[in-house]
Amino acid sequence: MAQASAGAHQGHEHGHDGHHDIESMRTFGFWIFLITDCILFGTLFAVYIVLHGNTNGGPTADELFAMPGIIASTFILLTSSYTSGLAVLSMNKGNVKGLIGWLIVTALLGASFIALEITEFVHMVHEGATIGTSAFLSSFYTLVGTHGLHVSLGLVWMVAIILQLSRRGITSVTKRKVNVISLYWHFLDVVWIFVFTIVYLMGVM
Amino acid sequence: MWENIKEFASEFFVTGDPLIYGADVGIALTMIAIVFILTYFKKWTWLWREWLTTVDHKRIGIMYIIASILMLFRGGVDALLMRTQLAMPEMEFLTPEHYNQIFTTHGVIMILFMAMPLMFGLFNIVVPLQLGARDVAFPFLNSLSFWLFFWGAMLFNLSFVIGGSPDAGWLAYPPLSQMSHSPGVGQDFYIWGIQISGIGSLMTGINFIVTILKMRAPGMSLMKMPMFSWSVLSSCITIIFAFPILTVTLALLFLDRYLGAHFFTLDGGGNPMMYINLIWMWGHPEVYIVILPAFGIFSEIVATFSRKKLFGYKSMVFAMMIISVLSFFTWLHHFFTMGSGASVNSFFAITTMLIAIPTGVKVFNWLFTMFRGRITFETPMLWTIGFIPCFIVGGMTGVLLSVAPADFQFHNSYFLIAHFHQVLIGGVAFGYFAGLAYWWPKVFGFRLNEKLGKWAFWLWNIGFYVCFMPQYILGLMGMTRRVSSYTWDSGWWELNLVSTIGGFLMGIGFLFQVWQIAHSIRFMDRDTTGDPWNGRTLEWSIPSPAPLYNFATLPQVSSQDEWWEEKQRIAAGKAPKQQPPLEPIHMPKNSGIPFIKSFFWFIAGFGFVFDWLWMAIPGLAGVAICMLAHSFNYDTDYYIPVDDIKRTEAAARGSV
Amino acid sequence: MKKSSWLRRLGTFASLALMAALMAGCTDKMIVLDPKGPIGEQQRDLIYISTLLCLVIIVPVLIITGVIIWRYRARPDNKAKYEPEWEHSTKLETIWWGIPIIIIIILAIVTVRYTFALEPSKALDSDKEPITIQVTSLDWKWLFTYPEQGIATVNYVQFPEDTPIRFQLTSDAPMNSFWIPQLGGQLYTMSGMAMTLHLQADEPGEYFGSGANFSGKDFAQMRFTANATSDEEFEEWVEEIKRKAPILTLDGYKELAEPGVSQVQTFSAFPEGLFEQIVTKYAASHNHGLTTREVEPREQTKHGEDHNDIDVKADDTKSEDLEVPAEGSHDHHSETDEHAGHR
Repeated sequence: MAQASAGAHQGHEHGHDGHHDIESMRTFGFWIFLITDCILFGTLFAVYIVLHGNTNGGPTADELFAMPGIIASTFILLTSSYTSGLAVLSMNKGNVKGLIGWLIVTALLGASFIALEITEFVHMVHEGATIGTSAFLSSFYTLVGTHGLHVSLGLVWMVAIILQLSRRGITSVTKRKVNVISLYWHFLDVVWIFVFTIVYLMGVM
Repeated sequence: MWENIKEFASEFFVTGDPLIYGADVGIALTMIAIVFILTYFKKWTWLWREWLTTVDHKRIGIMYIIASILMLFRGGVDALLMRTQLAMPEMEFLTPEHYNQIFTTHGVIMILFMAMPLMFGLFNIVVPLQLGARDVAFPFLNSLSFWLFFWGAMLFNLSFVIGGSPDAGWLAYPPLSQMSHSPGVGQDFYIWGIQISGIGSLMTGINFIVTILKMRAPGMSLMKMPMFSWSVLSSCITIIFAFPILTVTLALLFLDRYLGAHFFTLDGGGNPMMYINLIWMWGHPEVYIVILPAFGIFSEIVATFSRKKLFGYKSMVFAMMIISVLSFFTWLHHFFTMGSGASVNSFFAITTMLIAIPTGVKVFNWLFTMFRGRITFETPMLWTIGFIPCFIVGGMTGVLLSVAPADFQFHNSYFLIAHFHQVLIGGVAFGYFAGLAYWWPKVFGFRLNEKLGKWAFWLWNIGFYVCFMPQYILGLMGMTRRVSSYTWDSGWWELNLVSTIGGFLMGIGFLFQVWQIAHSIRFMDRDTTGDPWNGRTLEWSIPSPAPLYNFATLPQVSSQDEWWEEKQRIAAGKAPKQQPPLEPIHMPKNSGIPFIKSFFWFIAGFGFVFDWLWMAIPGLAGVAICMLAHSFNYDTDYYIPVDDIKRTEAAARGSV
Repeated sequence: MKKSSWLRRLGTFASLALMAALMAGCTDKMIVLDPKGPIGEQQRDLIYISTLLCLVIIVPVLIITGVIIWRYRARPDNKAKYEPEWEHSTKLETIWWGIPIIIIIILAIVTVRYTFALEPSKALDSDKEPITIQVTSLDWKWLFTYPEQGIATVNYVQFPEDTPIRFQLTSDAPMNSFWIPQLGGQLYTMSGMAMTLHLQADEPGEYFGSGANFSGKDFAQMRFTANATSDEEFEEWVEEIKRKAPILTLDGYKELAEPGVSQVQTFSAFPEGLFEQIVTKYAASHNHGLTTREVEPREQTKHGEDHNDIDVKADDTKSEDLEVPAEGSHDHHSETDEHAGHR
């Protein structure tokens, strides 16, 4: 969806329409999209909170969650949020190489987060805790999985932006795209903090 | 082999009912006719270039309106089939299964595939023109929204001939809508059809919020913005908060059905009552989403046809904003009888009643706009005047329903059916019909025939009362909704017969509307003024139909009724406002990606409905490829040179 | 212009006349307004009160609407004032914000009082001991079991007049709604829960009852007769069933629960604890997290002592409290609070 709004403009010479305005409008639109995404996650959290006790005789949260892995992936995601910030800083200095470099680091960290999450899920499924086991697990997989899906889409998107940056350098359009994805990335980070607290910490406590 | 194919076909296609075979033949013939006409007149390229790939908000608006009129036809036929079945006791016109499918599709189509697109059509046609803007904020996204709606609606309607229609009610309460009780594919068509078009609605909400907040003409502060645009803003804000809940709810229901999850199942720890809560957290705001723009339309029309400024502008804005906030705190009134306890019921009863206050204020303001005005009764105004008493009574029965202990007697009865049809037909449908008649000349450059329009109005208006007033009484007589038949000794049949007659009167009203449009296309004179109603807002200051770029130069705004004030200034002998020199206009290029991408969504949805991953996965991959293709495309806009603008303007104004 | 106003009036008049004619013919059939029990009577009173309160504002507005449209229609010889710029009056706007606010406050007070008074789980005032009847909605029929009398019926329920009846409602099929309009409002029947609905018939009679919430194919056939009789007749009826009717076995119940419609049936006995089994079969898996339910048990305990009634092993009628021991340690209150936060 975010991609859909990412229409692009090449630097025309005409000054009157102000590409700056169009790009800032797109960033504004993205903020509103983030509101809708907040509601989406809010609903999933509400569902999880309602259902998390309904284990149907199956495994419970503290039997399932392996905290060391979760803490590791939390740090990885937090770090990636920091590096995406560094990417924006490089961009503001006009440093294309630094920008691309930090974006690649961010994407790699994001990819390892996803890899850890997939490992966790595979492990749980092997222990017989599937989405169909209980309402608790249905809501767990859906909430955490939706976050993972967001991160994965963000990765594809980030790779696309890296390719565009290497081809076109920093223009008003690519600049807006980098700003928007970094916004998106920070947002996913914040969502993860809630996932970590409400699902994992409160699950094992 | 042949046996296998036959067996597959008999499950794949809906069979066994002469009505459906008839419809099949009709659909097939229509499709062949369309293909033939397009080929014969060599119109395929024209269709692709001018319509399927367009990002022009006016054309997208037209496509929304055409689609919604088709959907109104289908939803209306559904309604008349139901009314026919209920006309007499123990009728055997429809089987219970068929009846259940029909009321389900009637509800879904009327709300999601008729009211919503008609509303979006009017948004598209009017809002940029009213704001003095050249397009919406995100034209590409706008086109994508339309095609998502279109293919979502196609997917939903396909269930009529392939696989079988959903039959668990328009909100598909589990466990009835679960695999355990609805194992057919109809329910999956429901989920995916609504899901795909729902994503489109969400994006339209975002698009118009940004358009309204960021693209108003210079000088148009928010408090100088026309009332319709305000209503669109309040409706879109409601959309962005409500639709994500729908997306999640339907996704969870799909996971239950597809992966055997336990969100809303009876077993495994699932909680069906949570679905009812969630779906109404979207469902209640949804009805305000569709009614708020109708309020905006009435505000414009009342002022124009009373030749007077809108009364109580600030109150009106304030009232709409309160309504969109309150709409999120009333959902439980749809199930007072779930036994949530007296405190919870009291809370939701009061929040529901509170909505009556701002709504009542709006009615008073419309009345006092007419007070000390000079009222003329063209069709848009007729619909508005028909709306006021209808909505007052519908609003009153709404307040009665909000009285929780009394609702224990009204709930699920025909009293409720009569109430929500009164606010949805008398409010939403009348409002959109009024808007359609009002802005029609702006879109097409000619007015609709008044005489036929008045026939349509009176048939609808009288038909409405004949159809739904008896239903209030039927409710008090204990008739519950969704019953496919009743017995002779129930004593319900006289009123049901009257109600059916009213339904058919409205059906004839619809035929008059179609006739009105066809007749007007053929016979009505071109409106060369661009301002046939002596309008007040900016859309009437430009030629009809509006040129591609809307405004040759962006207008400077200094008051609420900018165009009216300008006309007053000119009439007083003052010089018209100085126009700045023309400059090249920056426009977005057409794109085929929205159409193709939405089509891939359709493919993916169809694949999931039948659990064919070989089809669903390529569909999703197609969606992803379209997204990337769009991201990598930097050639998305162009400039209209000054000479072209001069030529277009001269042609449009030449005949003035 | 003149013609359309005239047409309008004619239309309004015609529909009013039609309504009046219909109303005259149907008043005796409007069973909601012809209640035969204390709950239904209070609900009818409430309907009248709220309608009157609404009419206080609606009728003048409808009249004003007609007058304004008539008086300010555009005609060359119309002498009424024309003020195209008049668009604000603090005084007027205060009035029409104020009046609805006052009416709604009054209505809200009335509503809240009645809501607490008519809470369906609240026992009725009576000298007589209430009779418990357990109601199960099935696909697509109603099963009534009488734990005190030990009999069961399908699509027919009989009870003595002037005696409070405590209906226990559940469902072994998609949700439905139990409604006997002349005795009082409906309440949902939901799987995994035992809802309580108190009703009473003040005079003998056969009352129309139905399932009000759509539950699938033959939902329209889910009608039943509620027959209120004298105490003696009721006793006789029970005795006769005990003498003549067959027994409902567990297998018989399973057969009955299969989707399909049914005639009226009577059974002289039913498996011990059948209703409780139906409830717990679903309650076991979702005893937590019911959003609206969660708020309720506390609500209900406020209403008094009449809840230690059904012989479900738990201490409350509410299904949530039919806890599976393994999960008994779960904290109800924190969950409720979290949910409130989400709202």
